[in-house]
Amino acid sequence: MTQTDFFTLLPAILLTLWACALLLVDVFTPGAHKGRTAFLAALGLAFTLGVTFLQPGEYTGFNGMVVRDGFANFLISLFLLTGLLGVAVAYGYLRRMGIERGEYYSLMLFSIVGMMLMAQATDLLVIFIALELLSIPLYVLAAFAYPNTASEEAGLKYFLLGAFSTGFVVYGIALTFGATGATSIAAIVAATAAGVANKALLLSGAALILVGLGFKTALVPFHMWTPDVYQGAPTSVTAFMAAGAKAAGFAALIRVFSSAFPALAADLTPILWALAALTMILGNLVAIAQSDIKRMLAYSSIAQAGYILMAFVAFGSDLARPVAISAALFYLVAYTVSSFGAWGVVISLEKEQGKDLQIADYAGLGKKFPWLAAAMTLFMLSFTGLPPTIGLIGKLYLFRAALQGGLYWLAIIGVVTSLISAFYYLRVVLTMYMKDGQPDVARETWLTATIVFSALATVIISLFPAPLFDWASRALLMVMK
Amino acid sequence: MLLEYAAIATMIFVTALVAVIAIVLGVLFGPKRPTDKKSMPYESGMNPIGPGTRRVPVRFYLIAVLFILFDIEVVFFVPWALVFKQFVSQSQGFFVFAEMTTFIVILLVGYIYAWKKGALEWE
Repeated sequence: MTQTDFFTLLPAILLTLWACALLLVDVFTPGAHKGRTAFLAALGLAFTLGVTFLQPGEYTGFNGMVVRDGFANFLISLFLLTGLLGVAVAYGYLRRMGIERGEYYSLMLFSIVGMMLMAQATDLLVIFIALELLSIPLYVLAAFAYPNTASEEAGLKYFLLGAFSTGFVVYGIALTFGATGATSIAAIVAATAAGVANKALLLSGAALILVGLGFKTALVPFHMWTPDVYQGAPTSVTAFMAAGAKAAGFAALIRVFSSAFPALAADLTPILWALAALTMILGNLVAIAQSDIKRMLAYSSIAQAGYILMAFVAFGSDLARPVAISAALFYLVAYTVSSFGAWGVVISLEKEQGKDLQIADYAGLGKKFPWLAAAMTLFMLSFTGLPPTIGLIGKLYLFRAALQGGLYWLAIIGVVTSLISAFYYLRVVLTMYMKDGQPDVARETWLTATIVFSALATVIISLFPAPLFDWASRALLMVMK
Repeated sequence: MLLEYAAIATMIFVTALVAVIAIVLGVLFGPKRPTDKKSMPYESGMNPIGPGTRRVPVRFYLIAVLFILFDIEVVFFVPWALVFKQFVSQSQGFFVFAEMTTFIVILLVGYIYAWKKGALEWE
């Protein structure tokens, strides 16, 4: 391992060491003080975030298997932020639910290392390892409320379907290897350009990889697991999973498709088009029928994935691709802060495992807890894409990218489904303000801090989107040679 | 190219044929005088102490998982040990040694964790 290799993986190495240390600290911590590991985990995430900022720059390591470019640095920072918010919402929730076990935070850190590697990988095999490293801790976390049966079911379901989808990825990698004789993105590009690649094989490989990553990002028709797992898993896990795993899936999707498969764009674009359209339509329509807030947010997260994919459909065009990537990155940040806010509100209302999770339970929140209701309104507006929220700006960028790629019909579908989505998002707002009820909320410092942070970020970035968007625009993929 | 596999295919076919013939001959012509003793799962072994579908303590499962983990660890040691001297002669010994140390330390963390969690205790 040379010095460059070291700097390429520096954030991942730091976080791995920290997670291992945390695991040891946890077993030597008596049961009543397990909460300490949360602070240590947050400290490690903050430290890694600091190091990532102080040591940016572009590195290629391990013979071109991993890189740290602008794109990776942006996403690494996003994943570390996701982790910090994830720790903050989990701290009080786990204690309240009586599932405060120290492994929670170690597993989370390991999962974040996987997410980082997803953003950094430039070799299909590294993507596979990163996908496993990201998923396996999440399977355990989904079943973390053991012996709660809903949580166990969520964990098992996620594990079985996740393992199945990983099989698709591996098969796709194998077919790609069969077509080009290589797993590294640079060599795939070279083989495709030289014309030695078997196109049918390569196309099948790319399609199978798309299936596997579509599962992680919850695109229709690979979304079946999402509502059940999001509903059954402990809510703090759902919040972390919804933001982190989705962003990591998109990181790999964007990197692989725009670096390795632009030559296949003519064949893949119609597939992506159909996936994006289906995801937006089905996600939003089915969300209307949900009465459980966790299921509603799960379908909403499916729909949001559709919008991000919409921008990326025209990935073959050199003109549209950079716009699409920066729009997707910006929207991932927008989605992360708004969804952590919304899940934070859900967590503060859920006083017992699985209780008070119906949308009807939110009646009267506007009178009794006006600030909390105002924050929830803000997050719902952000999901819909209405001012004054970051969701509006993010969607504008996504639609601009789609139009740049000439996807007029897809953009129209996007606008129409956004209008439809207003119905179920604003129904939550309506329930909070117009109906009477006696909701009760848990007050926890760190949970409140998360909600306040998310609300502030949602508003402030919508007023001053330029710095973040500039950063996202500069977050380019390293050109593979 | 497919013809090269013909020999292997023939061998698989003949092997299967011989086995099938042997079994069929035994079934057709062998004398059958079953007794209680002969019908037991292990004719000349231990007496069975219950039905085959009874529940098995999960301890076995944990021990088996731990065994696989540390067994694979050892599997990684062997090729490493075989090429170690070549790396030393290229004065990369420290690098290769550090890599393996990292690997062992990570496994050690897992070991300590399993130990403290009581996974190695029988009761």
